[in-house]
Amino acid sequence: MSNIRLTSILKLSLLSAVLAFTSNVFADPVKAAFVYIGPTGDHGWTFAHDQGAKYVKEQMGDDVVITTVESVAENSDSERTITSLARKNDIIFTTSFGYMNPTIKVAKRYPDVKFEHATGYMLADNVSVYSARFYEGRHVIGKLAGKMTKSNVIGYIASFPIPEVIRGINSAYLAAKSVNPDIQIKIVWVYTWYDPGKEADAANALIAQGADIIMQHTDSTAAMTVAEETEGVYAFGQASDMGEWGPTSQLTGIIDDWGPYYLARVQAVKDGTWASSDTFDGIAEGMVEFAPMANMPKGLGDWAERIVNGIGNGYIHPFTGPINKQDGSPWLAEGETPPDYPDLLTMDFYVEGIDSKYPN
Amino acid sequence: MNEGLLINIIIGISIASVPLIFAAIGELVVERSGVLNLGVEGMMIVGALLGFVVQFHTGSPFIAVLAALLGGMAIASIFAFLTQFLLTNQVATGLALTLFGLGFSAFVGRGYTEETIQLITSIHIPMLSDIPIIGPMLLSYNPLVYLAFFMVYLVWWFLFKTKQGLILRAIGDNHDAAHAIGHNVLRYRVMAILFGGAMAGIGGAFLSLVQVPIWGEDMTAGRGWIALGLVVFSSWQPFRVILGAIIFGGITILQLHAQGFDIRISAQYLSMLPYLATIIILVSLRMRAKNKTNRTMPNCLGRIFHSTT
Repeated sequence: MSNIRLTSILKLSLLSAVLAFTSNVFADPVKAAFVYIGPTGDHGWTFAHDQGAKYVKEQMGDDVVITTVESVAENSDSERTITSLARKNDIIFTTSFGYMNPTIKVAKRYPDVKFEHATGYMLADNVSVYSARFYEGRHVIGKLAGKMTKSNVIGYIASFPIPEVIRGINSAYLAAKSVNPDIQIKIVWVYTWYDPGKEADAANALIAQGADIIMQHTDSTAAMTVAEETEGVYAFGQASDMGEWGPTSQLTGIIDDWGPYYLARVQAVKDGTWASSDTFDGIAEGMVEFAPMANMPKGLGDWAERIVNGIGNGYIHPFTGPINKQDGSPWLAEGETPPDYPDLLTMDFYVEGIDSKYPN
Repeated sequence: MNEGLLINIIIGISIASVPLIFAAIGELVVERSGVLNLGVEGMMIVGALLGFVVQFHTGSPFIAVLAALLGGMAIASIFAFLTQFLLTNQVATGLALTLFGLGFSAFVGRGYTEETIQLITSIHIPMLSDIPIIGPMLLSYNPLVYLAFFMVYLVWWFLFKTKQGLILRAIGDNHDAAHAIGHNVLRYRVMAILFGGAMAGIGGAFLSLVQVPIWGEDMTAGRGWIALGLVVFSSWQPFRVILGAIIFGGITILQLHAQGFDIRISAQYLSMLPYLATIIILVSLRMRAKNKTNRTMPNCLGRIFHSTT
């Protein structure tokens, strides 16, 4: 009797040891959640994030369970949404600047959940931030704009005066100016990330004021459709390839490729290696990509591709001195490039040459 | 500022005001009959969706607008049933309808966000549309624009020049008295609600068929609420709806152009403006209440009618 008892105990303890050792194989799937500012149907910013989420699911299959919530407003709604997601998920991606404070607040209450905040700057032990060097993309489209424009006026539909948007404006303007000294940029602030009607109105207003190239830092395809309807006006896709809405007017588009980053972060949670980080990747790391060059002379397209490679290889930095601020004070000396912090990440000035008043 | 830009601004303002005119003139009739339908935003967005979907599948703008009209009416009929037959609270029902409309259209529209459609072409009268300034400014619009202005005239004529319009207004001011005289309060109100839904539907369709040929969730972006304010701002007078729509709709356009000229008016102040104006009008109406009976709120607005036969 006691012999059988002893062997059973031995077998049980051996079994549990084996199970504990291999528990990784039978572990629960990682639960990842994504909070979106707009609908995935915007075919712009949110669409790109959702593509990243889909990529993670594709690559990890049953090892991950993904939850997405769309059109979460940047007010108390966001705090509620993030909190309810935190109760059931291991990692949460909050994909808009305005979710910064709610993310930090909820992160304090749920120290075991990991948070990833897009385009923000507040970190914590369980909060990472990540952003893409969109300004590198703006440099490429700025140069294309400078070459393709006939009226020498670029129309820029801007959303909110946060550093990311200002960086984009400055980068686009400097690039266009470098190939076209007569270039002018007209900026319209629409104070929304997503409002197709308003974006279309803004595009029309800019065209009426002489712009024949439209750039946007808003999330829908409205401006592209306006450019398509208007003879002689070109535009650039924003965050996604908007060629379907602008077959004869999209020159190219800046595409945000979040997939690889998302996969790496979710995998890190699974492997237990996640740590708070600050990611600011660009063309070199594959986070910023471009839609096919179209509606332009082939030589120009090849030239643009070379610029893309140049930035990726580090030969070209979109902000290379000498550059002054709008008020004439010096910012970068000859050949100097700015550090990420504070110059780029907290940029709050226009560069010299932009003659619009800086928004308050 | 050259005249080309001025014409462009005027055209922009006209186009921006059309959805508001449609939604507001419909709601004006509803409120004149004594019913407060807060579901305008929901009806507009459903109209926008249906118009887009039908245009996408059939390529016929006429059928698309008709579908939007019917869609708006369908949503309005839910409201009519709930408030006129089940006697639910109008405010709560209207709000619920807005939420329902927004969610329903987002859900059904999921498959259409990747599509785009042919714009409805504007009219082009052979000789007249080419007249230098008047041509583009007045005579080259999309047919729906002209329909909007015509509907305003039609509503004015109906309300103030026909017997039925008089009865409708009477019902709005004193439904018990009207009922006592023998008028069918329920029928007038239901017809008014359906008309309001139809107009809101067309207004929404204008957004997705003319203004921007795409479908996006929440693309009405609050225009339904502005239309509600507009009805009050216009003191329930049809022609004033046009004035109000041009002001409210034009504010955004002007602000965008003003930025081009570097005239910086805070966007937040401007978006407050429609609602501030509405509040001011409401207050001044209260103060002048006695004399001009035509310009006051319909007395029975929002009150549930209990027939006591």
